[in-house]
Amino acid sequence: MNLVFYVLAGLTVLGGLAAVLLKNTVHCALALTVAFAGLALLFLELDAQFAGFAQILVYIGAVAILVVFAILLTRGSETPEDGVFSHTWLAGLAVAAAVFAVLGWAVIQSAPALTHESAAPVVTVNQIGNALLGRYVLPLEIVALLLTAALVGAVIVAMHEKEETK
Amino acid sequence: MLGEGILKGLAETARNAVGSFVSKDRLTTVEYPEERLPLPEASRNFPFLVYDGTDWEKGLRCVACQICEKECPPKCIYIDKSKDKKPDAFGRPQIYPAKFDIDISVCMSCQICVEVCPFEAIKMDTQYELSTDDRFGGLLLDRKELAKSNEYYHQIHPTEASEVDAKLAAEKVKADAKAKAAAGAAAAKAAAAAAAPKPAEAAAKPVVLADAPAAKPQGEGD
Amino acid sequence: MVSTLDQIFVLLKHWLVGLLPSVLQPAAGVLLSVVAIVCVFPALFALTVLLERKGLGRMQNRLGPNRVGPFGILQPIADAIKSLTKEDIVPLRADALIHFLAPLVLVVAVFLEFAVVPMGRNMVLVDMDASLLFFFSIGASTELSVFMAGWSSRNKYSLMGAMRAVAQMISYEVPLLMSSVAVVMITGSLSLVKIVEAQNQYTYGLPHWNIFTPWGCAGFVMFAIAATAETNRSPFDLPEGESELVAGYFTEYSGFKFALFFLGEYLGMFSISGLGTALFLGGWSAPFSFLWWVPSWIWFFGKVMLSICVLIWVRGTLPRLRQDQLMNFAWKFVLPMTLLNLVDVALWRFLGEGWLRWVVCSAVMLVAYVAAALTGLRRDHIGPRSYRYAE
Ligand code: SF4
Ligand code: SF4
Repeated sequence: MNLVFYVLAGLTVLGGLAAVLLKNTVHCALALTVAFAGLALLFLELDAQFAGFAQILVYIGAVAILVVFAILLTRGSETPEDGVFSHTWLAGLAVAAAVFAVLGWAVIQSAPALTHESAAPVVTVNQIGNALLGRYVLPLEIVALLLTAALVGAVIVAMHEKEETK
Repeated sequence: MLGEGILKGLAETARNAVGSFVSKDRLTTVEYPEERLPLPEASRNFPFLVYDGTDWEKGLRCVACQICEKECPPKCIYIDKSKDKKPDAFGRPQIYPAKFDIDISVCMSCQICVEVCPFEAIKMDTQYELSTDDRFGGLLLDRKELAKSNEYYHQIHPTEASEVDAKLAAEKVKADAKAKAAAGAAAAKAAAAAAAPKPAEAAAKPVVLADAPAAKPQGEGD
Repeated sequence: MVSTLDQIFVLLKHWLVGLLPSVLQPAAGVLLSVVAIVCVFPALFALTVLLERKGLGRMQNRLGPNRVGPFGILQPIADAIKSLTKEDIVPLRADALIHFLAPLVLVVAVFLEFAVVPMGRNMVLVDMDASLLFFFSIGASTELSVFMAGWSSRNKYSLMGAMRAVAQMISYEVPLLMSSVAVVMITGSLSLVKIVEAQNQYTYGLPHWNIFTPWGCAGFVMFAIAATAETNRSPFDLPEGESELVAGYFTEYSGFKFALFFLGEYLGMFSISGLGTALFLGGWSAPFSFLWWVPSWIWFFGKVMLSICVLIWVRGTLPRLRQDQLMNFAWKFVLPMTLLNLVDVALWRFLGEGWLRWVVCSAVMLVAYVAAALTGLRRDHIGPRSYRYAE
């Protein structure tokens, strides 16, 4: 818990808040990117290189770009007239609160278990790779299957449209 | 085979790159300020005023009729007629342009002024190195800057200039003949009128007659 | 003597850092390396721009710039002065903050990429475990700056260029990663330093560079294609196609910011050439074992400049692709080939030493190449484009 942590945490929180509160949707997306970057830097600060770089690669390199693309393709970059809050903001708040509660509960529950270890073990990329393809190979494959299914689905959707217009 | 075309293309550009060092003929460009490509005879960019003889101010063919000023599409010609008259190249008294400016930053090189001029007084130049550091006045050419001799015209557009010269000469011959005939007629008339009771009127008349036909054939010429 | 010359920059740095009090030494060491990178590569950039202009000129039977200084070598300085003194124009309706940030993000990101590229024996700024991942993750964030530039300019050419650029970068990032993964699978490490060291071995005086294996050769070709597309170089320069989009995503930039984009683009070329060199061309290792005495950094920079020259050569040769050709090429040819290459690498790995793996792996890639030539990329297969909306 040093200065760097607080700066990065502040950056992340500010980015997140800006993503919710800003008027212009593209600004929101960029603020979200800042939040992602802050999170990645937090991982790096904890010496979790792989997680940090994967966070940048996936979230800034892919997710943020995807969000931006979605905004531009749906003409959402103009500021809506009736404010940034949708009508269902109460429900959204409830969901967000529920997610936060679950995550917070999980963190608090696992905190005592962690304090027993004296120092964080140094995890190399090698070990992560071995773990992913050894012990956790089944979850990995399931995720891969899911993503492949999504990819195939996307291709089918795209092809369908093409046939219709011909 | 896949990628064969790319390799062929690469070979071609490599040949060019090496060849341009070896043979000078390959180079498609010339090094401009030192070397220039000859301009084709029909090339043109901005108009200039033609004068005959050696003194540009006396020899200007322009009679300030202002046709070109009216026809110029972007309206970049500015002419002030002179109050007095002075003899033109043929020795006849004429109005002349007291001011003749062309703003070549506006001119679009359409050559319409040349087409409409009845006196072959304005022609297209080929001079293209006109850059100037004066943003406002530098490209507004006055009549002194615009005046170029007929010899210069022959240099840049030899064929066209010869045609124009031949035409002008023919017109001059015709005009002289007519003037002579008119003068002869006037003299005869004057001789006949000498017997009449009003000598003062008759004496004034030949001058008017001699003046009028001189300008007329040129007007018909176009 | 030889080893001193090889390590001259490292020794110089140690000597300079040694002059400082010991508290400052770690910070000073890093700072010095950063300064070196920030000086060397822009200088190289200036040189490359001149080289490119002269080279392209020669390929088109022209002379190229030759007025400023002898043979035009002072042209980069003239260009720099010009771009620094030009007026910085921000469009009235532009998003001023993002418009300002975009070139900065780009240049910072690209400079960061150099941190992990080994430029000689012991010459790397940060030798981390996941340096390849670092490189790609930083590379991914350049896409964002391109988007920021295009969107904030409020210009349809800029936006169109940005959309093209981002779509292209995403499409070609996949094959780029996949072809690099092949090398990682053989070396068993994401660290570029380890990857280069693994290639710095010799049999009969010939190096163990990855490009001299069947999978490495194919992988290098894929990598080169993807890298050309990633850096928006011709023939993949659609995002900034002058004839279509003025200048693409940096249309609305002028003066120094324009220069920054230009710099970012060339630095991107250098960094990705450096990466390709480290992954496939043996990084700083000498091409023959008897050339061991030449300093390692000369080899690295020589190889990078060679790659740049090839990029210029390709630019002078190939016409620009169309958007659909670009996407088809990425997803229907390059990506499947890199996936196959991964299988090939696995075969190479598990067939063990010996001639068998050479035969099998070469055969796999050759068959794939012939098959692709006969089916996938036939002209009639791609066919002329049907313009759905234009008619
Ligand atoms: S060339 Fe055309 S634009 Fe120029 S002065 Fe003559 S009429 Fe005017
Ligand atoms: S039309 Fe000819 S004569 Fe008349 S003002 Fe113009 S240049 Fe002079």
